[in-house]
Amino acid sequence: MVERTHTDLTIVHELIYELKVDQVMTHNVITVSPECTMQELKEILRTRRISGVPVVVGSKLIGMVSVDNLFRALERGEGSSTVAQHMTRQVVSLRPEETVISAINLFARYSYGRFPVVDGEGNVVGIITKGDIVRGLLKQLEQLWHAKESRRQYTHIFEDIESDETALILRYKVKPRDFVHGGQASGKVKRALERLGAHPQIIRRIAVATYEAEVNIMIHSEGGEIVAEARPERVLVTATDTGPGIPDIEKAMQPGFSTAPDWIRELGFGAGMGLTNIKNCADEMRLTSEVGVGTRLEMVFYLTGAPKGAS
Amino acid sequence: MTLEEIAKLLDAEIISRDVDPTQSVAMACGADLMSDVLTFTHAGTLLLTGLTNPQVIRTADTAGISAIVFVRGKYPPPETIALAEEMNIPLLRSRYTMYECCGRLYKAGLPSCGLFDFSAPCQQGAQTACPTA
Repeated sequence: MVERTHTDLTIVHELIYELKVDQVMTHNVITVSPECTMQELKEILRTRRISGVPVVVGSKLIGMVSVDNLFRALERGEGSSTVAQHMTRQVVSLRPEETVISAINLFARYSYGRFPVVDGEGNVVGIITKGDIVRGLLKQLEQLWHAKESRRQYTHIFEDIESDETALILRYKVKPRDFVHGGQASGKVKRALERLGAHPQIIRRIAVATYEAEVNIMIHSEGGEIVAEARPERVLVTATDTGPGIPDIEKAMQPGFSTAPDWIRELGFGAGMGLTNIKNCADEMRLTSEVGVGTRLEMVFYLTGAPKGAS
Repeated sequence: MTLEEIAKLLDAEIISRDVDPTQSVAMACGADLMSDVLTFTHAGTLLLTGLTNPQVIRTADTAGISAIVFVRGKYPPPETIALAEEMNIPLLRSRYTMYECCGRLYKAGLPSCGLFDFSAPCQQGAQTACPTA
């Protein structure tokens, strides 16, 4: 069993919500008329290697007929009867503009192997199976990969500047317990990286981890700073603070362990998931602390090479 | 689903000024725990929450949340409204509870942003070659 982190799933998740049924469905739909006999249907399913087809009059959908219906008809020796007598009339269909997640939800809800896709007038414009969804996602992932390969925007700014070593350093002060004005550093880091043209997925991971680190400084310390150091190949975010420090780092890293007071919890924080979340987002994480002095958290995010989740 | 439709379903008031009511969201998440919002949401999500402090907006901005509904009739403090306007995140307020807000939107077809199992349980049906492994 491969352990899946949320960063592994994010790209596929976002695709599922972004992609439209129209982009993954099969457009050339094989259909039958209601007058078609079950024997003829058998030949169509066999030669086309499919397990079900929409039943149409003109191009209007009136039902679906599958191998299941066919088997039942043949068992009863009704091979010469028509599709109209055996088809499912209450058809669950999708619209081309619906998202792939709607299709996935339908597959989870019903036992059908395929769903017809119809336009506003009820005309069949496509058909979708789980195989179509997988193929569509793989195609999109491949395109993303190519886009990433050709994406040199982020490194442009660094290539334009000549030096033996170039880095962009962003430094933000973080005040303790200021939940009204605090929390700005991560948003500003996010916008800076957007302007540099880094990949949105990576920006998101950096923003989430930086925000969690910033909130930790606001909750637990006497103040500190967030420094983001952007280089062509990676971003290093360091969160340092002065304060009580962490007596037991291993314990602090446990999901759900928290020392936050109630008023922090009332603000929606302090559930003990911050460091876990940071660990899931960052490619590398180092946490050091001295009791009574302060804490230092380093988070590394690679912009090129193996992304988080690929091993 | 558009903000207009959401406002209608939740009997909600759009708090923010200059909101495009035809702006749409792809999915929704109900949470009062900001770490969960950061972990489990995706860009284009509607957040339903009972919290009204400005960090909700910071969290939403970080996570790429498209719009926020405050449940149980809670009215956010001015600093929250101001920050949301700065971040361009529309705010709505519904008198219904979290449970009812989520239920109304889910029933109307707005999907969840949570994790789901991609391999739906195989049921007997037309799909003959269904591996059980």
